[in-house]
Amino acid sequence: MIKYILQRLFSGLVTVFFVATFTFFAMHAVPGDPLMRGKAVSPEVRANLEALYGLDKPIAVQYGKFLLNMVKGDFGISFTQQNRSVNDIIRDSFPISATLGLLAIIFAAVGGVTWGAIAAINRNRLSDRVIMFAVILLVSVPTFVFGAMGQLAVSELNQKFGIDFLPIAGWGTLSHMLLPALVLGLGTMAFLARLMRSSMLEVVTQDYIRTAKAKGLPTLRIFVRHQLRNAILPVITFLGPSIAAITTGGFVAEVIFAIPGLGRYFVQAVQQLDYTVIMGLTVFLRSVSCFYGYSCRYSLRFY
Amino acid sequence: MRYQQFYGFLRSNGVKLTLTVLLALGAFWVHLAPALATTNQVVKIALLGEPPNLNSTKATDADSFFIIGHTMEGLTRYDQAGNIVPAVAEKWEINDKTATFKIRKDVKWADGSPITAKDFVFSWRTVVDPKIASEYSFLLYHIKNAEAINTGKKPIQELGVVAKDDHTLEVTFEKPCGYFLALTTFPTYMPVKESFFKAQNGKFGAEASNILSNGPFKLTSWVHGASLRLEKNPNYWDAKSITLDAIDIPYITPNEGTRFNLFKTGRIDTLGLTKNILQDAQREKFKLNKFADGTLFFMRFNFREGRPTANKNLRLALAKVLNTNDFISKVIGIPGTLEGTGLIPSFLQGATKLFRKEYPIAARRQNLAEAKKLIADAKKELKLTGPLSLVWLTGDTPVATSEAEYFQGLFKTHLGIDLKIDKQIFKQRLAKASAGDFDIESAGWGPDYADPMTFADLFTTWNNNNNGKWENKEYDAFIRKAMNTVKPKERMDAMAAAEKILLEEFPIIPTYERTVIYTQADRLTGVVRRSVGFDPDFTRAKIIK
Repeated sequence: MIKYILQRLFSGLVTVFFVATFTFFAMHAVPGDPLMRGKAVSPEVRANLEALYGLDKPIAVQYGKFLLNMVKGDFGISFTQQNRSVNDIIRDSFPISATLGLLAIIFAAVGGVTWGAIAAINRNRLSDRVIMFAVILLVSVPTFVFGAMGQLAVSELNQKFGIDFLPIAGWGTLSHMLLPALVLGLGTMAFLARLMRSSMLEVVTQDYIRTAKAKGLPTLRIFVRHQLRNAILPVITFLGPSIAAITTGGFVAEVIFAIPGLGRYFVQAVQQLDYTVIMGLTVFLRSVSCFYGYSCRYSLRFY
Repeated sequence: MRYQQFYGFLRSNGVKLTLTVLLALGAFWVHLAPALATTNQVVKIALLGEPPNLNSTKATDADSFFIIGHTMEGLTRYDQAGNIVPAVAEKWEINDKTATFKIRKDVKWADGSPITAKDFVFSWRTVVDPKIASEYSFLLYHIKNAEAINTGKKPIQELGVVAKDDHTLEVTFEKPCGYFLALTTFPTYMPVKESFFKAQNGKFGAEASNILSNGPFKLTSWVHGASLRLEKNPNYWDAKSITLDAIDIPYITPNEGTRFNLFKTGRIDTLGLTKNILQDAQREKFKLNKFADGTLFFMRFNFREGRPTANKNLRLALAKVLNTNDFISKVIGIPGTLEGTGLIPSFLQGATKLFRKEYPIAARRQNLAEAKKLIADAKKELKLTGPLSLVWLTGDTPVATSEAEYFQGLFKTHLGIDLKIDKQIFKQRLAKASAGDFDIESAGWGPDYADPMTFADLFTTWNNNNNGKWENKEYDAFIRKAMNTVKPKERMDAMAAAEKILLEEFPIIPTYERTVIYTQADRLTGVVRRSVGFDPDFTRAKIIK
């Protein structure tokens, strides 16, 4: 088992290394640089800035320095927020994205499994059709549409009744998290529902289910112990990547609901070509998704 | 329960669907909060972006300037009417060679310690220190030795600013500066207390606790990316004229839909309106206000070797084909937007009254027949037989796109020019613009200080923002003349003469001066919107009900 973990750890590190290297060179290949400003600075001022950030060195030296610092866990100072380090940004923002993501994934998993199971049980009946129609709709409509619609709906409600059912933006309390988590989780929930449904349908035709029925086992026991338990396997496998995607990719929801999460910093960094933040966040998020992926697969061993 | 019965139960009626919806939306419970709290004298606003840098010696952007403008104060400031009035300095004397500022005896930092002339000396030396690498250091280049220090040729102690005593600041100029007073309102010129700065260990301005204010408000909380709160500073020398207890910024979001909903439900007190949400705002019957933010937009031509836009007749043809008012109503769509006529926008002051009033210019009029003649001449001079094709470099915003498409249609229809639209994201656009990778660049410029020079020197050969590399010796000479005197009339005359050359040669074609539409809560009064300096200004605002 330790060997397995070590193997995974090693392959994770290799992945992160390649991702970091690729991002580093791709980023530098993009025309422009983080020191470009809407109002151009003089060559002298530019030289001062380049010296401050080490951009005056050849790219190979910059790469070497980046790798060395990365091993030490230091990603440097942001180009846009000139007195905050990338580590400060991760420390402040990741817990927020993670909390939001966790809530969204709980919602997606519970909702997805439930809807999928119900649809499977009612195969080809009206409720199955309705659920599947809703699922297709949820999968195909992007987050920003649901985000804007959800926010509009809640603000209309708040206005109409003169009380705050839910805050429409901001961050701080659990009530701030509900609407964004719901919006963020919808797409994944729909995908999981579809996965769950087809997996349930496959399981229900298996011999052991017939045997269990023939033995006269209680229905609930068959459903929970045999059917659900086996049908849920592909869902769990898929959960790893989706946790990673949701906790790291909540950008749209973060912008719409004014949430200070990591996704927003990431997109801003790309727009601003903020080298240090792009590198730091890429490496960090890649490590996080490797970790989620492996631990989900690993957890299946105990199943 | 039998197997069949269990399934039957699950299938029974449509009730189960409702049940699942409830399950799935389980998290969606009703949160009852007290109705909108009506706190006295607290204004609530949303910022578009996180202020990247609250270190006044290094800040360069509008969000940071907004916070710094409320929490810090320099030697002078702009009053409600836009005049420069005494602030930390109570009086001053300025001549060609020196300036002397008398600092008030009763001014204090938020921690109660006195503000002295030394705090300015330290701050200005920090700005020009090459190790600090401040981007706005060039704004101090009028001070003796500033440029030499900034380029590492002299030690920072040689900067031409000394504290004669705690209350007298003496500045020596490198060359005369006709608008030095306007510069002293700018964040880069604000004081910094040396002992405090050094105690922050490089984190000056990074968190609320790393900032020492001296302005009307102090920053009491800053959750990065989420919220800021500014509270009244009792140690501010003019605290008696400040009515607001706090400026609360509970939201930071670039999403205008979100800000719209927040305003509609009374969560924030002000809202800027773009073309996209203007109609919604009208439907909601918001009271609309507007002001010119001072930004001039124009198309810039490339004069580098081999660029067809270096041909004067071609540029004249493009100027003649343009119907600015039609362009503004079809593309910009913000009522009240001013036609771009000259280089100096209409809000700037001349020698005694508005610059534009002192030196009026007639608006360009569309003349298609003349444009067609000019383009034929241009093609002959360029030895072109086939169609002419030009690259239009622009940004990736919706307005930039519809602008590009408008000109594409206009140039094609009337002049037979194929406009190739090169749409780029921000940094790439800047990279291409400064490298000269365009024929026409869609560009804009906002003022740094309240003097026509902030626009006039843009097209000199030595200006780093002259992306088109237009070179005109006469133009340069007039600007140099304006830079070497402090006499208002002479300076303005020289800049007007330079502008006249620009409008004969058309290295740029001005298109419009931006107008910003906004709305604010009825309970709020005394908010100042301005083109130069931090905006909006809530320092003397009040809540009236």
